[in-house]
Amino acid sequence: MSAVSVEHLVVRHGDLVAVDDVSFTADAGEVLALLGPNGAGKTSTVDVLEGYATPASGRVRVLGHDPAGERDRVVGRIGVMLQDGGVYPGIRPPEMLHLLAAMYDDPADPDALLERVGLADRSRSSWRQLSGGEQQRLSLAMALVGRPEVVFLDEPTAGVDVRGRQVIRQIVRELADGGCAVVLCTHELDEAEKVADRVIIVDRGRVVATGTLDELRGRTSGEVRFSAIPELDLDALSRHLGTTVTEPTPGEYVVPDPGHDSHLTAKLTGWLANHDVALGDLRAGRQRLEDVFLLLTADESEPDVRRAVVSGRRWRGRGRGRRT
Amino acid sequence: MRALWAQLRTELALTLRNKESLLLTLGIPVGLLVFFSLVDVLPLDDLLGPGDEPVDVLAPGVLALAIMSMAMTGLAIATGFERSYGVLKRLGTTPLGRPRLLAAKIGAVVAVEGIQAAVLVPVALLLGWEPTLDVIPLLGAVVLGTAAFAGLGLWMAGTLRAEITLALANGLYLVLLLLGGFVIPLSALPDPLRRVAEALPSSALVDLVRAGFEGATGPARAWIVLAVWAVAMPLVAAKTFRWSPAR
Repeated sequence: MSAVSVEHLVVRHGDLVAVDDVSFTADAGEVLALLGPNGAGKTSTVDVLEGYATPASGRVRVLGHDPAGERDRVVGRIGVMLQDGGVYPGIRPPEMLHLLAAMYDDPADPDALLERVGLADRSRSSWRQLSGGEQQRLSLAMALVGRPEVVFLDEPTAGVDVRGRQVIRQIVRELADGGCAVVLCTHELDEAEKVADRVIIVDRGRVVATGTLDELRGRTSGEVRFSAIPELDLDALSRHLGTTVTEPTPGEYVVPDPGHDSHLTAKLTGWLANHDVALGDLRAGRQRLEDVFLLLTADESEPDVRRAVVSGRRWRGRGRGRRT
Repeated sequence: MRALWAQLRTELALTLRNKESLLLTLGIPVGLLVFFSLVDVLPLDDLLGPGDEPVDVLAPGVLALAIMSMAMTGLAIATGFERSYGVLKRLGTTPLGRPRLLAAKIGAVVAVEGIQAAVLVPVALLLGWEPTLDVIPLLGAVVLGTAAFAGLGLWMAGTLRAEITLALANGLYLVLLLLGGFVIPLSALPDPLRRVAEALPSSALVDLVRAGFEGATGPARAWIVLAVWAVAMPLVAAKTFRWSPAR
């Protein structure tokens, strides 16, 4: 039995279809990332799994139970990290953790947990005095204090600095290695790429791809992508490689490689070296998750989305669904 | 039991730590009591019995005001912000459950009311207050008044955005402070205004608390008015309360 199972889930907010026929499972010991832009339906999905919302149709089970109908059988065994805190603004970190610890039968030690997320020295500060990253780390500790078997993390690293991200990723990894099922919502590709065992890419309420990172990236693109200074001589380069090189955004180049020519990258780097052009990055065969996502969610009606994503490395909201 | 107790302690600690809430629940009532007992500017003559001092009328009124300040305004603002900060939503995924959360909130309100009484009664006695206690009707009035105002407060907190709740709970506090008969007798109000005021839970509560401290049961009309509010407002609040933040 999977720790979490979602079958043909549909969630509506009034007339709006936030989640449209989504199915997936998450097993004990794995980190599953729901990856997608803002408004893709991620939060609406976990809201149902946490028992907050009832689906318009479909079936969800957490640890074998209906989280809304059999709330009492589920709440003691799950841990939740909300996207926007859920903490009394005037409370201090140890107080919040001790409060939650009192609600579970066999809680973790709140003080040890504070130490683990690096907040032991902030015990005199109130929630509103904590930095964004510290607030996120407290929220993570709150999700863990009940020794959960399933953990739902909604954008756990939003607004967190590099060090904080490392701490959070390490804890998420340890959780899964300890046998917990972790469902993580994120719009950040890096995050999914770094912590997830499996990724479900959602877009506008629908699942567009599912698989391990290797499976997703292994969808070979039939092209080589590289970055360098903008406005290279495309004609000369195309002649040299015997194919048509394009520059979809300034400084980002695409070389078609349908036959997976093993000499193509060598020829390319040779040409760049001869022309004294420094190579930014180069991806042949396997793609970055970003490229996979763009390929899967390409939308002709919104040509600016692609550019916004590539240049900013962030998703643009798509206006379907209010917040995920 | 452990969860309920932890929740109650947290609610109480956060209320007492909040300076705005202390000003509202203790500062203003004590200030009004002392000021109007010493400065004789209120038209209290209609209410004064033979040998009564202003404090004999003011002390029960201010105690009733204290109930409204905590059960309505204090509870509304705190709960409104807890809702908007997602605290209520977050607690919803713990084994605490709504009944125990509600019980903790009620417990915190009652505890603060106890603290208010423990401060206001000695101050009033020092100012020369000579009450004749009738405990049972007094407790009944406090319970009904708390239920009515808590219902009003939770109705605001559960339906409006936190900022609106803050403004409305404070605004309503000010309006009822003037029209509720807490310090200014209803007899001093112009006729149509007085009729409206008589139908409000505030004046009914003041009448009953005042009667309780005069060894009386209080007018039946006040009991009926207060009981209707005490049943209706919690029902309205329960029916309309939304736990998740307003979107």
